[in-house]
Amino acid sequence: MARARRRFAPFLPPGPLFDVGDVAVLLAVGVILYVGVRIATGAPLVVAGPAIRLEVRALPGYALLSTGRMLAAYLLSLTFSLVYARMAAYRRVARQVLIPLLDVLQSVPILSFLPVVLLSFSTLLPREVAAELSAIVLIFTSQAWNLTFSFYQALETIPSDLDEVSRTFRFSSWLRFRALELPFAAQGLIWNSVMSWAGGWFFLMAAEVFVVGGRDFRLPGLGAYLQAAAQAGDTRALLLGLGTLVAIIVLLDQLVWRPLLAWGERFQLEMVESQEPATSWFYNLLQRSRLLDRFVAGVTRPVGEWLDLRLGGRPAVDRVPAPASRFRRWVGILLALLLAGALLYGLARAIGWLLTVPPAAWGAIGLGLLATLLRVTVAVGLATLWTVPVGILIGTRPRVAAVLQPLVQILASVPATALFPVFLLLLLRLPGGMQLGALLLMMTGTQWYILFNTIAGASAIPQDLEFTTRLLGLQGWRRWRTLLLPGIFPYLITGLITASGGAWNASIVAEYVEFGGHTHSVLGLGAVIAQSTAAGDYPLLLAATLTMILTVVLVNRFFWRRLYRRAEEQYRLQ
Amino acid sequence: MAENNVLMELRNVRQVYGKGPRSIVAVEGINLVVRRGEFVALLGPSGCGKSTLLRIIAGLNAPTEGEVLYRGRPLRGVNPYATIVFQTFALFPWLTVIENVEVALKARGIPLPERRERALSLLDRVGLDGFENAYPRELSGGMRQKVGFARAMAVEPELLCLDEPFSALDVLSADALRGELLELWTSGQIPTQAIILVTHNIEEAVFLADRIVVMDTRPGRIAAEVPVTLAHPRQRKGEEFLAMVDRVYAAVAGETQAPAIELGSAPGEPGKTRALPLAPISALAGLLEHLDEERGNREDLYRLADDLRMEIDDLLPVVEAGEILDFVHVDQGDVCLTPLGETFAEASILARKEIFASRSRRVPLIRWILKGLRSAPEHRLPRDFFQDILEWEFTPEEAEQQIDQAIAWGRYGELFGYDDDSEMLYLEMAEAPK
Repeated sequence: MARARRRFAPFLPPGPLFDVGDVAVLLAVGVILYVGVRIATGAPLVVAGPAIRLEVRALPGYALLSTGRMLAAYLLSLTFSLVYARMAAYRRVARQVLIPLLDVLQSVPILSFLPVVLLSFSTLLPREVAAELSAIVLIFTSQAWNLTFSFYQALETIPSDLDEVSRTFRFSSWLRFRALELPFAAQGLIWNSVMSWAGGWFFLMAAEVFVVGGRDFRLPGLGAYLQAAAQAGDTRALLLGLGTLVAIIVLLDQLVWRPLLAWGERFQLEMVESQEPATSWFYNLLQRSRLLDRFVAGVTRPVGEWLDLRLGGRPAVDRVPAPASRFRRWVGILLALLLAGALLYGLARAIGWLLTVPPAAWGAIGLGLLATLLRVTVAVGLATLWTVPVGILIGTRPRVAAVLQPLVQILASVPATALFPVFLLLLLRLPGGMQLGALLLMMTGTQWYILFNTIAGASAIPQDLEFTTRLLGLQGWRRWRTLLLPGIFPYLITGLITASGGAWNASIVAEYVEFGGHTHSVLGLGAVIAQSTAAGDYPLLLAATLTMILTVVLVNRFFWRRLYRRAEEQYRLQ
Repeated sequence: MAENNVLMELRNVRQVYGKGPRSIVAVEGINLVVRRGEFVALLGPSGCGKSTLLRIIAGLNAPTEGEVLYRGRPLRGVNPYATIVFQTFALFPWLTVIENVEVALKARGIPLPERRERALSLLDRVGLDGFENAYPRELSGGMRQKVGFARAMAVEPELLCLDEPFSALDVLSADALRGELLELWTSGQIPTQAIILVTHNIEEAVFLADRIVVMDTRPGRIAAEVPVTLAHPRQRKGEEFLAMVDRVYAAVAGETQAPAIELGSAPGEPGKTRALPLAPISALAGLLEHLDEERGNREDLYRLADDLRMEIDDLLPVVEAGEILDFVHVDQGDVCLTPLGETFAEASILARKEIFASRSRRVPLIRWILKGLRSAPEHRLPRDFFQDILEWEFTPEEAEQQIDQAIAWGRYGELFGYDDDSEMLYLEMAEAPK
């Protein structure tokens, strides 16, 4: 089950928990945010949103629009990750900057960027373009990091003999990419694409329904449709919308991802057939079809051949370590100095601006931070309580797994943000309904990470340990303490890291919402961010967003990562 | 015109891995000339740097010091006239047999029709016709290596570098492939001008090469060069062949040196630390018992390996351990039992332990550990303490192996013990840490 693990594992580079590079990256992120908020001050105060039609006829169009946004963002992410990872892997200087940067970016709660990105874009661009671009940028930031890490790790672990083959036969850079790097990384990239798409839906739904105060940044799409249906109390439209969303996700899974996974089996490095290869009925069907054969023979092959001769015709000149030219070194130093200067200047300006935030507002930020922290903890805790027993049940009993696994997978495929309007419709009438709704949204957004990791961990417990426990007559709580909990521990921590990140993200949409013409909010940092966006209080927006980013990164490093290392050291089952 | 015949030359080559005090010298002081028409074997135990040397010749690694001359010119970057056949085959598992060969031609920009034709004729020549569209995983090891050879020959290299190409194969496939390679080479069917073979198999080297370069470990350097003048095809059971094998064995094993040289110095002292040979004690005991039963208490190394059904690579460390402890003595390719070794072989278990303890106390590495433990509070020290110091001279993995080996010796001789949980070494009289 080593593979099951890899699917969900975040990239945790070795080295100190926190160092100078991280500080520099955080400062740079802060300055970029500052610039964004500075631009945002020019944003129009009133933004009229699109009209969302609830007829069934409108649904296919909305579905297409939403899927198109996802596709655009995904292509962007994929291109970015291939280029970025190659740079990080092959240039020593670049790596020292790019890897810490990626490491910080992956733990930043992306949704907290949404208001700043939307406002600054709408200052510069017409409303529709700004909203579209923001959605794509947002999805991109949720998809790119794990793809990048996956490719980077593949490049770093290319077997030395294959690397030597490509060098001794003098592969061009293109041929090396096509014949060695891409195939070697293919399985990881496909798995991570599946994960990226799942995550992307969550952010797309959030971006499509973003409304604060007089600014309506909604986008015509499935998310907006679902929200409009819930606001109108139109159950039929709501069910139809949800059905369409689930159908798209299931269809993509069956017609795209599973065939790709099955196809990806050929890139297995091991020289033996794998134990449980990924299979797909659609892939088998395609393989039998003549049409595909003809397509491959008539189109893909010649195109590939043409590309190979065009881009990789000449043998590569081997990278002879040329003595670094004086000139280039000076240019590099000069550029670095300029960059550092700009950073420092931006930093000074940002701090100056932050100082204008009155103490009372800082108090509100602190209070909100505590409330959100509490909410995240409770949501993750509740999710753990139900997912661990269920995960262990599924992981250790194949027969239960056969029944429950497909059900769980479909349930997990529905993005929590799409369900949020439904929760609101049901809960807002109850006392404390908004509190409940926020908690529920956080839970639905995070529980699946914990569940799937627990399943992977439980099914990785070796049979002989299980037998020994049974022979010793350990039952009930003692069996849990001696076998099950230690067995799943590293997996559980991995799941919890991802889950807590997801919960922080969800807080942005969960704590403040415009629904049915009213504003509902609960105490929390997410609500502070949304309210400051609505009120046009830009210094406060910057302060709250920075606080959230800093908190999450610090919690991640000093709590989760430390726990993860301990889990890796003490509870490895090898 | 002898000079013109020189294809490749190494001058004073030295390769160091790592920087500063923790650097490891892989090979040192290497001078080697390969001429046109020559088949040279680099022979040595694992870790002698012979693969490193091959990579330097192929231009994959640049040496830290020294020069590589190819056709009289200094080599920079990958050697365009050389290719390598790898021990691990190094085929792309996602490409079919013919695609694996073609990719080498594609890298040279050869268009599809010509590429296909050349790949097909090569596969035909190595006897793989009919398998063009199979994937490597569907083939046996021997067939995979044929693909490796076909790929290497596709680019018509002037210099063919073979990195233990037969050692991952079963005996029969390896024999067959060796024969086929020799046939291609001796019949002049391939445009290759010289072959360099890296191997740890003495018989293989004698069977194939015109000249055997014997390498020594720590640091890797050339110990001897043995020309092989037998005519092809060579008869493995022939008298001359066996005599040749014997000669090479003697060159590989060396002679037992005076104790001071044989033992070397302890870590931290000036001079090279003598690494403990990585041989299980049970194997050493087995060797001594075997020799004890031989007439004259001595046997030829080559025959010994055969009798014990051991690879020479596995046997040499055992003999070396015997040498360090003064249980055996190597003399002209023969391993002879010393009187002490004879006593050990015939002693009871307890007596053996005592003999072993008294002899291993003289080994610098063991002596050094004992001294450290004696002066430590409560007579115990963490494993990392020794690891750190050993890493000044060894790679981290080597240092770890050395400590493991020392612990095995210490436990057997009841000199010191080791607690795996706390990772502490302790003197036997001290209590195991709780």
